[in-house]
Amino acid sequence: MARALYIHWPFCIAKCPYCDFNSHVRKTADTDQWRDALLADMHHEHLQAVSEEPLTSIFFGGGTPSLMPPALVAGLLQEAEHLWGFAHDIEITLEANPSSVEAANFADLAAAGVNRVSLGVQSLHDEALRFLGRLHGADEALQAVAVAQDRFERVSIDLIYARPGQSEADWHAELARALSLGTTHMSLYQLTIEPSTRFATDVRQGVFEPLDDDNAADLFGLTRAMTAAAGLPAYEISNHAAPGQESRHNLTYWRYQDYLGIGPGAHGRRCETATVRHRKPENYLAAVAAQRHGIAEARALDRAEQASEALLMGLRLAEGVDLADMARRFGGNPAALIDQAKAQLYHDLGMVWSHGDRFGVTEQGMPLLEALLGELVASDLVAS
Amino acid sequence: MTDLSKIRNFSIIAHIDHGKSTLADRLIQHCGGLTDREMSEQVLDNMDIEKERGITIKAQTVRLNYTARDGETYELNLMDTPGHVDFAYEVSRSLAACEGALLVVDAAQGVEAQTLANVYQSIEHDHEIVPVINKIDLPAAEPERVAEEIEEIVGIEATGAWEEGGAVLTSAKSGIGIEDTLEALVRRIPAPTGDRDAPLKAMLVDSWYDPYLGVVILVRVMDGVIKKGLNVKFMQGGTQHLIDRVGCFTPKRTDLPELGPGEIGFITAQIKEVEQARVGDTITTVKGGAEKALAGYKEVQPVVFCGLFPVDAADFEKLRESIGKLRLNDASFSYEMESSAALGFGFRAGFLGLLHLEIIQERLSREYDLDLITTAPSVVYRVHLGHSKTEDAKTIDIHNPADWPDVNRIETIEEPWIKAVIYTPDEYLGAILKLCQDRRGIQTDLTYVGGRAQVSYELPLNEVVFDFYDRLKSISRGYASFDYEQIGLREGDLVKMNILVNAEAVDALSLIVHRSVAEERGRGMCERLKDLIPRHLFKIPIQAAIGGKVIARETIAALRKDVTAKCYGGDITRKKKLLEKQKKGKARMREYGNVSIPQEAFIAALRMGEE
Repeated sequence: MARALYIHWPFCIAKCPYCDFNSHVRKTADTDQWRDALLADMHHEHLQAVSEEPLTSIFFGGGTPSLMPPALVAGLLQEAEHLWGFAHDIEITLEANPSSVEAANFADLAAAGVNRVSLGVQSLHDEALRFLGRLHGADEALQAVAVAQDRFERVSIDLIYARPGQSEADWHAELARALSLGTTHMSLYQLTIEPSTRFATDVRQGVFEPLDDDNAADLFGLTRAMTAAAGLPAYEISNHAAPGQESRHNLTYWRYQDYLGIGPGAHGRRCETATVRHRKPENYLAAVAAQRHGIAEARALDRAEQASEALLMGLRLAEGVDLADMARRFGGNPAALIDQAKAQLYHDLGMVWSHGDRFGVTEQGMPLLEALLGELVASDLVAS
Repeated sequence: MTDLSKIRNFSIIAHIDHGKSTLADRLIQHCGGLTDREMSEQVLDNMDIEKERGITIKAQTVRLNYTARDGETYELNLMDTPGHVDFAYEVSRSLAACEGALLVVDAAQGVEAQTLANVYQSIEHDHEIVPVINKIDLPAAEPERVAEEIEEIVGIEATGAWEEGGAVLTSAKSGIGIEDTLEALVRRIPAPTGDRDAPLKAMLVDSWYDPYLGVVILVRVMDGVIKKGLNVKFMQGGTQHLIDRVGCFTPKRTDLPELGPGEIGFITAQIKEVEQARVGDTITTVKGGAEKALAGYKEVQPVVFCGLFPVDAADFEKLRESIGKLRLNDASFSYEMESSAALGFGFRAGFLGLLHLEIIQERLSREYDLDLITTAPSVVYRVHLGHSKTEDAKTIDIHNPADWPDVNRIETIEEPWIKAVIYTPDEYLGAILKLCQDRRGIQTDLTYVGGRAQVSYELPLNEVVFDFYDRLKSISRGYASFDYEQIGLREGDLVKMNILVNAEAVDALSLIVHRSVAEERGRGMCERLKDLIPRHLFKIPIQAAIGGKVIARETIAALRKDVTAKCYGGDITRKKKLLEKQKKGKARMREYGNVSIPQEAFIAALRMGEE
């Protein structure tokens, strides 16, 4: 059984116009105060989730966790190991910006225990990077990738595609170049316009027009074909890895196993309870000061809700879900999890597959996953 | 009881907006029926819808006591008749209760086509008609021209002073000419006739449901006397009742000891359903009653039908209850339960006409807060079937495309036709002629009066029930008026057109159409549905077909991308909300051949716009 710990670092130097994550721009952050708060929050989770199982993965996400002082990272990891112990093959990932300043910290972060970095390269074109509001340039990013490959066992890069006006040829060239860098994991996200972002305002005001769905679907297909050919097939909607190099931490989410989440805005699922931390850094600190943890809401999940969540997450994976296993976990019988008539319909249309107890979405169905979920997830599992 | 010679029963004929209600209010006010404080605008129109549309649905009467210049006090019964062609039969009974009418004509607008139809109806009832030219104080008023027009078009005397048989000049709004109008009424409209000692004969003019009194029946006594405690029978309905209340409206409800010959008033008899009190029935005493009923009784038959389904299937019971309540007050519409694969449980309802349909629909949504899907209106087709192996030849009436028989057995089909009279400023005439022509119309008459044209067409009713009236209004910017009467059945080459979504027929969208317009209708429906049905995970063919033959086709392309690229950390909340929203959305759609069709699609697809 996996046990994953997520630590959220909410600060960024600048807010990217597409980003709707919990990130905040602050001039300074008091390292000692944050260390104390995150440690207290960690202790709280340890008390809630008592078990002998060691941690199998830790993920520093953000925000921009590569802005954390390496000593803070080291301190948090030491305490985590002290509380739960580490599995021998623990995966410790940190999200990093591919800037020269941050690359200079890579050695110290590795020494602190980080063994995997996820680099927010986003594009290999300077113009695209400017459009995306990134502060680094393409050459700088390439150098950071090289440094990271030198310092860490495993390196993943993020790219954002399906940008306005992006043609298949453009993307083909960019992705080919990214693949040639030789990282064993890639997260390739289509640009989506999220509400309350600057891009949402831009689109509303007609500053630019997002790539239409038909073209985006073509790019999605191209991406999957190219990564598969390069030995990094998709194992999730947007994630590609060489066999064995999948993000174990993220697989914990998608396989709907327990994960603890600490830090501002972090989500957790443990012992049939959903937890959410206070989002705003100041509120989070105040909450920890008052109650020795940052939880804004802890809500027990009923079995139906857990089952629907497990389906929402699990069907993102190429491996699909094990319906018999889910029925054991959440009660009921396997056939009641999925609308059987719809499963048959979309099976006949080549959009879903089933082998024994396993059920999943095919290559053809993946770009339509959201719509498919609406059809497939049994209505009884969804709150009305 | 009033002496027959002192009674005057009259109705008011007027085009919408020519001031009928205002004039009625003034007459009531003048005779002291209501104090100024009690006068709410247009006392007669009780229902909201009547007020908004300026249409009277139920007949109403007001009794006025007028002391004339000859010193005598007269009992004037003002009959407010239903004001629309859909209620032609009710109108005819109201008119039969009167001896005369005021014809109100706007001093600026002149005579309108709709008014003419009512005038002729009134003349058919041997009414004495007193013309009243209203709104004479408007800057554009031309009373002399309008008086000439009345003489020329209507054929009754209108020029000259009212004392010498000319029109009365009024401004109801300003209170001018009100007393002259009352004087003209008394002097020119004949008193009713009747025999107090003869067996009771009272005509049932109209009836409605009152939550406190039960069914209230409006009557005109022809012979005899009607009073409390009398045992009466309804000669057509066959039921017997004990009269428990007799009275009139002033317009306040006022109890009276009795109603004698020539009088108009109301009775109650502990009747629970208006259905038992049929318009046109003859009321007589159980003992020593009249032998022969009054002439002119007719069973009212619905001519336009449609399906009414709740948008939310859970509202079915509420719909059943609400329709039941409406029916309490309106026996002229019929309904029976219907179930549709697409729309679930609902009702098939029959109406006197399109306006009647709209009124019921509007009342259901407004007064009972129901979201409804209304299927395409249909008329009643008479289908002659040949014999089959198991059955002899027979003739059936069909108003629901779902009941359309096997084409192989159909020998001939007849459909109802109407005679429509359209009156319009001539600049719109071309577009109107085209509309009628497109709807299989046959022109029978075309005349010009001033800058206006009056055109008569014979039209199949099924071409009119869709959106003919809406189209007419839109192409004439609201200036054209439309009036119709049924002229019987005619043979027609009619076919049932099915709409197939993803190869499955959608029952709620089936239509009976004339073969000559089927392809065009089919194409229009397919095009509209293409825009109304959202893209699905697969491509969706939409077809219009007659029998097995596809006559129009559109395809909705498959959706190609719908996916959240990134999940933030372990935050599932937003995805879960999305899923809940999807499921909720689906609950408001109807599924057909795996295709979810939004409610709006059913409503909009049937709107036969010719954009």
